[in-house]
Amino acid sequence: MKPRKVIEIQHLSYHYPDGTAALKEIDLEVWDHESIAVLGPNGAGKSTLLYHLNGTLMGDGNVTILGLPVEKKTLKEIRRRVGLVFQNPEDQLFCPTVFDDVAFGPLNMGLKMESVQQEVKRALARVGLEGFEGRSAHHLSEGEKKRVALATVLSMNSEILVFDEPTDNLDPAGSRLLVEQIQSIPQTKVIVTHHLAVAADLCKRAILLREGRKVEDLTMESLLRNGALLVESGFDPDFAQWVCERKKTSGRLCT
Amino acid sequence: MKHAFLDHHSGVDSSIHHLDARAKIIVFVSLILVGVSSQPSSFLLFGLLALALISIALIAKLPLGHLAKKIVVILPFLLLVSLSIPFMKKETLGGGYNLGLGGLSVSQSGLWILWNVIVKSCLGVFSMILLSSTTSFPELIKGLERLRTPRIFTILLSFMYRYSFILIDEIHRMKRARDSRSFGGKWLWHSKVIGHMVGWLFLRSFRRGERIYLAMLSRGYQGTMPETAVGRFGRGELIFLLLVPVFVFFRVCLG
Repeated sequence: MKPRKVIEIQHLSYHYPDGTAALKEIDLEVWDHESIAVLGPNGAGKSTLLYHLNGTLMGDGNVTILGLPVEKKTLKEIRRRVGLVFQNPEDQLFCPTVFDDVAFGPLNMGLKMESVQQEVKRALARVGLEGFEGRSAHHLSEGEKKRVALATVLSMNSEILVFDEPTDNLDPAGSRLLVEQIQSIPQTKVIVTHHLAVAADLCKRAILLREGRKVEDLTMESLLRNGALLVESGFDPDFAQWVCERKKTSGRLCT
Repeated sequence: MKHAFLDHHSGVDSSIHHLDARAKIIVFVSLILVGVSSQPSSFLLFGLLALALISIALIAKLPLGHLAKKIVVILPFLLLVSLSIPFMKKETLGGGYNLGLGGLSVSQSGLWILWNVIVKSCLGVFSMILLSSTTSFPELIKGLERLRTPRIFTILLSFMYRYSFILIDEIHRMKRARDSRSFGGKWLWHSKVIGHMVGWLFLRSFRRGERIYLAMLSRGYQGTMPETAVGRFGRGELIFLLLVPVFVFFRVCLG
């Protein structure tokens, strides 16, 4: 059976209000349960691309999510289907308590309070933060904030999850924990990151953006093995080699 | 990073802390109204109010020394009132003091006014300190919400609670960055730097506001914040509320 196409982007271009072109003629297809890494230097348009996936930004071209075109009138449904985890959890967690933040999405979707409470409990358990409902986001550690931010979209049961630099600002242990938790999520995932190791752990496919254009769309393995491309994209090929070796021993990617 | 708390001791485990926020808001605000509306000469009523407040503090296991320290915030206001006393109407002389430049006399009505301000502000601030020390800020907001405070007001309060700490952290970071690069200089130069910092702070907050709005939109925000307040009004709350009729009775009888 052919897998379902969950994201389809055709000829997407976006200009910032000051005229700067952030995205140029992007085409992309993402299939059901795929995990795809979006890589590229700062200012390549990675975050801008993410914001198009749930209609926060709308450029020229077509974006279709699970067969539904992203337009003004479909926004509510699109945002139910696409959960966006922001780079900075301080932006994502804006409520006085963890419970309010995790419940914000489901309540906006019109769920009843009893089922919202269940969803919140379930989402917090998924990220290993049972009993954190009454805590205030300000008094959490950076890693906990990131995991609560993840819980705020898990509680919405979105079919597509989109991450902007998920391991940014985390220590190695926190980063590993978060990567494991993201790995355990079965949904389709689009992950923007600067960390080759994180991308290799989470994704089998990668796209490379440069100056607003998609320059490569390839498997993670062929990226890690393509020294010239890595250097051209600003990655360290020796590090990529190490990532590849490590994956070989854990038997997940490079064979 | 230093953690700032608005609601010290609100996590203590005591019967007062467990009461519904609504009951506490009603009782403490009523006690303030009773105190403020009484005659300055109703010493017995003031004594009873103080006794009630101290008993509540003891039941709530709050350190009295800490509470006393917090009452100090009203000192500047008291000082302002006491400064103006010599210039009040002099019906009956209450006393006088000589500053060397000619005597200043203090009228009795002036002293009454000072006493009035001292006792009522002390009791009022003490009540508010008790309220904030026995109720966490998020609970307080929810209590106000359930008491039909306009939504816009409670939403503003909750954003203020969430982001004031982040703003304070940001100020600290900027100050640290400034101090590590500034080696003295003229007063004028310093004020220019502070001007820049205020400007930057405004810009950063503005951008953060935009990102938060995006985060809200991404989780289905459509212009109204969902209500999450749930509360219980049991026997404990009713008993605590009895303080209101008792003190209204005292107020009527004792003036």
